[in-house]
Amino acid sequence: MKSSIIKLENIKVSFNNEVILENLNLNIKEGEFVTLLGPSGCGKTTTLRIIAGFLNPDEGNIFFKDKKINNVPAHKREVNTIFQKYALFPHLNVYENVAFGMRIQKKPESEIKAKVTEILKMVNLVSYIDRDVNSLSGGQQQRIAIARALANNPKVLLLDEPLGALDLKLRKDMQSELKSIHQKTGITFVLVTHDQEEALSMSDTVVVMDKGSIQQIGSPEDIYNEPKNAFVADFIGESNVISGIMIDDFKVSFCGKEFSCLDKGFEKMSIVDVVIRPEDIKVVTPEQGDISGVITSVVFKGVHNEIIIDVNGFKWMIQTTEMQKENDKIGLLIYPDAIHIMKPSPYSSKIGDYSAFSDEFYNEQHKN
Amino acid sequence: MKILNKLYMFLIFAFLYMPIIVLIAFSFNDSKSRVIWSGFTFKWYQKLFENQEILSSFYNTIIVALVASLIATVLGTMAAVGITKSRKITRNIVLNITNIPMINPEIVTGVSLMIMFVFLYNNFGILKPGLVTLICAHTTFCLPYVILSVTPKLRQMDPNIYEAAQDLGCNPMKAFFKVVMPQIISGIITGFIMSFTMSIDDFVISYFTGGMTQTLPITVYSMTRKLISPEINALSSVLFIFVFILLIIINLRSDKDKENILKI
Amino acid sequence: MKIKLSLVPYIIWMLIFVIIPVILIIYFSFTDINKSLSFDNILEAGKYSQVFLRSIIIGAISTVLCLIIGYPAAYLISKVKLKYQNFLIMLLMIPMWTSFLLRTYAWMTLLEYNGLINKLLVFLGLPRLNMINTPGAIILGMVYNFLPYMILPIYNILVKIDKKIIEAAQDLGANKFKVFTKIIFPLSLPGIISGITMVFVPSVSTFVISKMLGGGSILVIGDLIEMQFLGNNYNPYLGSCISLILMIIIMICMKIMNSLDTQSNYTEKRTKK
Repeated sequence: MKSSIIKLENIKVSFNNEVILENLNLNIKEGEFVTLLGPSGCGKTTTLRIIAGFLNPDEGNIFFKDKKINNVPAHKREVNTIFQKYALFPHLNVYENVAFGMRIQKKPESEIKAKVTEILKMVNLVSYIDRDVNSLSGGQQQRIAIARALANNPKVLLLDEPLGALDLKLRKDMQSELKSIHQKTGITFVLVTHDQEEALSMSDTVVVMDKGSIQQIGSPEDIYNEPKNAFVADFIGESNVISGIMIDDFKVSFCGKEFSCLDKGFEKMSIVDVVIRPEDIKVVTPEQGDISGVITSVVFKGVHNEIIIDVNGFKWMIQTTEMQKENDKIGLLIYPDAIHIMKPSPYSSKIGDYSAFSDEFYNEQHKN
Repeated sequence: MKILNKLYMFLIFAFLYMPIIVLIAFSFNDSKSRVIWSGFTFKWYQKLFENQEILSSFYNTIIVALVASLIATVLGTMAAVGITKSRKITRNIVLNITNIPMINPEIVTGVSLMIMFVFLYNNFGILKPGLVTLICAHTTFCLPYVILSVTPKLRQMDPNIYEAAQDLGCNPMKAFFKVVMPQIISGIITGFIMSFTMSIDDFVISYFTGGMTQTLPITVYSMTRKLISPEINALSSVLFIFVFILLIIINLRSDKDKENILKI
Repeated sequence: MKIKLSLVPYIIWMLIFVIIPVILIIYFSFTDINKSLSFDNILEAGKYSQVFLRSIIIGAISTVLCLIIGYPAAYLISKVKLKYQNFLIMLLMIPMWTSFLLRTYAWMTLLEYNGLINKLLVFLGLPRLNMINTPGAIILGMVYNFLPYMILPIYNILVKIDKKIIEAAQDLGANKFKVFTKIIFPLSLPGIISGITMVFVPSVSTFVISKMLGGGSILVIGDLIEMQFLGNNYNPYLGSCISLILMIIIMICMKIMNSLDTQSNYTEKRTKK
């Protein structure tokens, strides 16, 4: 069992009478890659700034290796940050940017030189050592920012949406580069992102946040397969969230039909949220299906087709590799392991079906 | 049409420059006449540099301008940093206060300061109108210009840079001098130059707040009220050359900073 | 409310040298020589309503003249090549930075009865004109001194107008005249408004120009205030009251101007969309 390196305890932050973080508890273990994931305004960046020391919480405590550090200013904390737009010092060249922290510590020049070269080698930019930082591309600036933070030998590296400004291809490359740096250095990484794919593919632990509270903490698999509430189910990947009634252990009723499932331990005859991932639904003929409906739209997505189906007024999304036509009537087959049951939450009624769904709308919502 | 445009521009600039040119021309006129040319001379320049009143008021002007623009630059830069980091309400209140000396007519700023200085001196015996009150008054009207030239530089700067420096181990003070200062230095210099020129040129506020202490503009004013003396012409040529050189220096600096000065 | 530490010295400075003096002006306005509350100053100031009116009229005439002369100049400067634009603007700024006392003094010598202009008129066989010590001379001095303050803000707005907007208007069938009246002029309103305030405020409050070119015979608000503080009839109470009235007049003018500005901002935003 690894020991805790950062612990947040009952953190509360409000700004202009608006609550930003409410009763936040988080325990980060040494060497872990933790991602804070959530839409904009969920408080993830605020959490990061509290760890970095740029913001003091109104209430609650911050511990670093079990030592309370509420009153330790940013420049004395053993954590370093990689900022959203890199925040490189434009008046200094690559070498001086990376050497900055060591210069402050008044390290000998020979040591600085060796360390800068070593780190620039790690981020593959050693040939750029004398360059003006303003002349570098976005990806290169990003790597200098990483090098600058690593040069300080931080115990924890905080990354505030570090890949947000890069284009898709570069982002993928940087993701694997960050991952390998994490493995090489063994430093604890805390990443903030709104990109669920990034969160799932990079982290050991994902912390899903919304409206200033943590919705779920877990491994990427847990978060995807066992979402705790409708918000998590909806935010991570695509989900059909339907209201149902738990009849008994392993038995749930929705869409006017009884299904067997793998969940138990809910109160009998209680209202629950039923989550079914679009890729877990099998398309069959109307007669063979558990339920049936009419296809309202088919969108070709490359690997699969995304189909919206109207089942008695509720629009389902299905991902299938089979070709389907609009206005066809089809049946949906749902196996017990495709069904995931959640307790109702304040989000239950707010996460609707896919009737208003369009790609543009979706992207816009998730971008912010 | 093109010719008409050019003629119009020519007339505008002739209108603006003719009086100055006449003034400079007659500073080399041998006789005291401001109308009849009677030969070339440098004697008025010589007299100018022998005139104790002018020299001492010139000295006062420089002292006041230097000290006031230095104080204004330091206080104004600090204020600009504070303003950019403040919440909106604080920022609006401070900016509104900053606007008061810019909106108020000079004469009102002048007499209001005079009332206060007289009041303070009569009741508490402090701040006798003189060099010190002049410096206080000049600092006051220079401050807004420093803030106006530094604030845009701070806004252009990535705010995370300051935090990044702290993150890498600088205390807040060190972070400011190591990374913020280099980003805004051109704005600070612009603010200083503007303060300096505004201070040198100021007449109205000095007139009310200087007590018996005379600055160059006050001396010039009293000279124009009294006898006609071609020394004034010589003085205006000197000042004109001075401004000319100053503007060339500003032009040699980067175009962006120049734009900043032009805007204000 | 939390105030950043670096703001504190500035706030203290402005409190002492801006806020308290303004409060003192207000306090003195309603105080008589015996230091008791009174409204005598207002009644006294009321006797000078002619002076107030005259100052406002002279200031307004100067402002309008500056606008009429300055707008075409700003427009023409914004039309020439960028290289020459910077040069012309610098040329415009040199007089601004030269002592305005000396420039006004220069006009004194030009306008005199025995001055250069009259000499020129006599040389051309024309009668001498009585120019100095007239309201006309004061207005001339104001236009001369404040013209660059009108040209610069208008120019700054005009160069910022997106060329594509003008092309779009032409594309939609507007001729040169229509482009100007429908696009350029409305978009330049904010510049005009700041130009007007930058000229009107000093024109209405100056005492130097009126003293030097008006010979002290034409009294304006500035003279009135100066007389109460440094002139023969020392009366800071009345002087404060007149200053307060001047401040209020200017604040009202600014308010009117600002309301026009927000309207023009609105049209600007709409055109940009």
